[in-house]
Amino acid sequence: MTRNLALFAAVGLLFLLTGMFQSWNLALSILNISLISAIMALGVNIQWGYAGLFNTGIMGFTALGGLAVVLVSARPVAEGWAAGGSGILLGLFLGAASIALAIFAWNRLPKGGLRMAATLAIVVAGFVLFRMVFDPAVNAVEAFNPATAGNIGGLGLPATLAWPVGGLLAAGAAWAIGKIALGLRSDYLAIATLGIAEIIIAVMKNEDWLARGVKNIIDMPRPWPVPYEVSLQQSAAFVDWATRWGFAPTTASSIIVKLIYAALFLAVLLAVIWLSERALKSPWGRMMRAIRDNEVSAAAMGKDVTRRHLQVFILGSAVVGIAGAMYTSMAGQLTPGEYNPLRFTFLIWVMVIVGGSGNNWGAVLGGLLIGWLWLIVESLGPMVMGGIVAGLSEGPLKAHLIDSAQHMRLLTMGVVLLLVLRFSPRGLIPEK
Amino acid sequence: MDILNALVVFLNFVFIPGLAYGAQLALGALGVTLIYGILRFSNFAHGDTMAFGTMVTILFTWWFQSMGISFGVLPTALLALPFGIAITAAMTLGTDRVVYRFYRKQKAAPVILVMVSLGVMFVMNGIVRLIIGVDDQNFADGGRFLISAGDFKTMTGLAEGLAIKSTQAVTVVTALVVMGLLFWFLQKTRTGKSMRAFSDNEDLALLSGINPDRVVQVTWIIAAALATIAGVLYGLDKSFKPFVYFQLLLPIFAAAIVGGLGSPIGAIAGGFVIAFSEVMVTYAWKKVVTYLVPESMAPEGLLQLMSTDYKFAVSFAILILVLIFMPTGLFKGKSV
Amino acid sequence: MAEPFLIGEAMTGGYGGADILHSCTIAVEKGQIAVIVGPNGAGKSTAMKAVFGMLKLRAGHVKLDGEDITALAPQARVAKGMGFVPQTHNIFTSMTVEENLEMGAFLRTDDFSDTMAQVYDLFPILKQKRLQPAGELSGGQRQQVAVGRALMTRPKVLMLDEPTAGVSPIVMDELFDRIIEVARTGISILMVEQNARQALEIADKGYVLVQGANRFTDTGKALLADPEVRRSFLGG
Repeated sequence: MTRNLALFAAVGLLFLLTGMFQSWNLALSILNISLISAIMALGVNIQWGYAGLFNTGIMGFTALGGLAVVLVSARPVAEGWAAGGSGILLGLFLGAASIALAIFAWNRLPKGGLRMAATLAIVVAGFVLFRMVFDPAVNAVEAFNPATAGNIGGLGLPATLAWPVGGLLAAGAAWAIGKIALGLRSDYLAIATLGIAEIIIAVMKNEDWLARGVKNIIDMPRPWPVPYEVSLQQSAAFVDWATRWGFAPTTASSIIVKLIYAALFLAVLLAVIWLSERALKSPWGRMMRAIRDNEVSAAAMGKDVTRRHLQVFILGSAVVGIAGAMYTSMAGQLTPGEYNPLRFTFLIWVMVIVGGSGNNWGAVLGGLLIGWLWLIVESLGPMVMGGIVAGLSEGPLKAHLIDSAQHMRLLTMGVVLLLVLRFSPRGLIPEK
Repeated sequence: MDILNALVVFLNFVFIPGLAYGAQLALGALGVTLIYGILRFSNFAHGDTMAFGTMVTILFTWWFQSMGISFGVLPTALLALPFGIAITAAMTLGTDRVVYRFYRKQKAAPVILVMVSLGVMFVMNGIVRLIIGVDDQNFADGGRFLISAGDFKTMTGLAEGLAIKSTQAVTVVTALVVMGLLFWFLQKTRTGKSMRAFSDNEDLALLSGINPDRVVQVTWIIAAALATIAGVLYGLDKSFKPFVYFQLLLPIFAAAIVGGLGSPIGAIAGGFVIAFSEVMVTYAWKKVVTYLVPESMAPEGLLQLMSTDYKFAVSFAILILVLIFMPTGLFKGKSV
Repeated sequence: MAEPFLIGEAMTGGYGGADILHSCTIAVEKGQIAVIVGPNGAGKSTAMKAVFGMLKLRAGHVKLDGEDITALAPQARVAKGMGFVPQTHNIFTSMTVEENLEMGAFLRTDDFSDTMAQVYDLFPILKQKRLQPAGELSGGQRQQVAVGRALMTRPKVLMLDEPTAGVSPIVMDELFDRIIEVARTGISILMVEQNARQALEIADKGYVLVQGANRFTDTGKALLADPEVRRSFLGG
């Protein structure tokens, strides 16, 4: 216990030192992103630590969370919605209905050529119908004011509401993928989730009607109760308060905003830990671990292993989705181009493994530590590399080396992951 | 009705690109499937092994070009290829010695090895970006076309041209040669047979006196060669960009699973299935159909099933169908 | 009396946890057939695996032709002239019959075509099917492939773990005939059998194991005649 506290204190110290020697603004930015990463790590830990499920599509669930923020809290685009909103909904409904009908036909019809033909016919007809309804509606939506809108817009609801919705979206995707890939051998889930993540990102990049694709949606409202820096700076009371304590109002306002975010994220983090610790200690959690440790004997005892796996996979993905929504609402914008599997999937894995798979506090510690390392290297890396190559004469080689410092991060993370897997496979805070 | 022109359009935009892409995927999937068969895990680092091998080959190509060495009409990269393979093989052997061997001796679960391969992927990804950067590198030289569209038109008098890029020809020929060599090796040589035996029944292979370390080493060398060749051919045909190679992992895995993990012949079939599906689903069929139907019925739309941005979705969809309907793949792969 | 050709003497050990074998002794003379029988869970297969080195012994030793081989790994014992046919997974299913035999001869650097011819003489059906994948053969034929594979190293001792498990009685009789033929070429046979009566009929020596220890040891005929053995282990 003291050892764990010491580890957390050490990580806390890293953030303090960053604040003291670099800037408090940077330290808090890193802290906020690390807190979100820690929640994602918790979600992954639910899947891996509790059930041994290897999810390589964390990025996709994160992005779905981000999409939820747009759909829930972005400003409505009434004209866009009027132009094709209903058509798009109808198209999507027809598409989903034809898939459902195809599954129904496949399950109900007797085996044979007829079944194959009927299912294929339903799929083909459904696809044609879907395109006939969907395409004109999309064109109509995207035609409206493409420079600033061209999408169906959001619902204009409070941003905080988007967080649970992000969890729901991610849970839905997890259900679909889990239905198919769970119960097969472990590699298949890894590959299927890797694929679905790429597809989710591709959809978000290319479907402009949805969230403007790579044109991004910016300036989304902040979650309650986070104020805007500008309004703080305009408030006389705040400026007064800041100057009384000897802070520059601009710096103080951005630090206050970040602190409020940090408090919000911390609250979510603690809630997730509390819930998952309770779940882990419940009969359900004991059963999950029994299944993880010996699937065959658990199945022999009448446990429906695949069903339990599906549950835990959905739960973990939902947590990741919530964290993804938090990430987007903190950034205030959705930029699909930024989602990159190395950063949003594999880095989270490094956090879980380094922290200690199977242990929630370990996942959090890993999230904070690796989050700090990843971001601090981003700001320090080029400086350090600059120092290393200072002796070299100016030229393309030197420029290349300084340029490439950012790639050192990947290398470092890979080495850290390999070292931990090899020498401390149970992580910094091992499972009890 | 103009069947000839329709056929030429089809060949030019669907068949030939699909064939070249399929050959590249098949070579990649062969590497994945061999490692799965022998080492029994899905190697997530394979895409980055391809990137590494291609990078080394590119560096040698540049060096040869700077010395004025060329390969005539063929790309200089083919001369550099053996060097790329040698260094990549040394790299994979080194990785096995430093990383994978430990887990093999421990008899670690496959999922742990997958995770370890993730770490290796990170490291290799970092190395490649560190050395060559993240940008596009075009390193194809030599002749551009075997037949250019214009030549074809004057030759045949058809309205449509058929262009065969030399890189496409090089890809298909090289892939055929490599696959032939690989199958000869696996079917006819003592070492190749011992690899198949090891993949089939590890315990019995050990009982028969087959040396597991040697089998594993040979596997890594072959996987490195396949990865490098696949990567270089892909890079010649399109261009080299590290991140794209990482993304190739999905179609390559899909190809290996569609064919049946562990089955070399399946990997080849899977590669072509994935490639042709991808090309056909994302191709706009308007031109072909316009030639085939009477003028009055000519289509207005593009007749494109899916935009090319979703080509990953195609391999993914096929993967899902295979997982649902025949989880062991077309050629009965093995399951762990 | 001279020492037997192969002997596992006073073997004690198990798989990690509790001991399964308790001072168990198994031996076979040159060119003879020794059979291990006993009830389920008596440690029959374990005793054989111990002789082959797939099990770490806490006490006792294994000697082949007078040489102590207790410390050798199974692969090294193959090189010393021991052949082993596991009970299950004993062929390469995706490889042809001929390739299975070739893999059996993997350690040999000399020309093994004459050994292969001998195996084909012994199991003519395998010659007919030599280019078929072994996994497509019937149960009895698979067992022939498995025995043939083990014979390819020209072993001095052939160890068979329940060679007739899961085959029909007719096939079983044929397999036993073949095993006798193998023994006649001077190869010692040590096998574990579930079909105790038939196995003891062809055995020169029989070992009845109970709970990892020797209960009865005698010639096959004597054991078959022993009323106690008949009552307890042969079903009357």
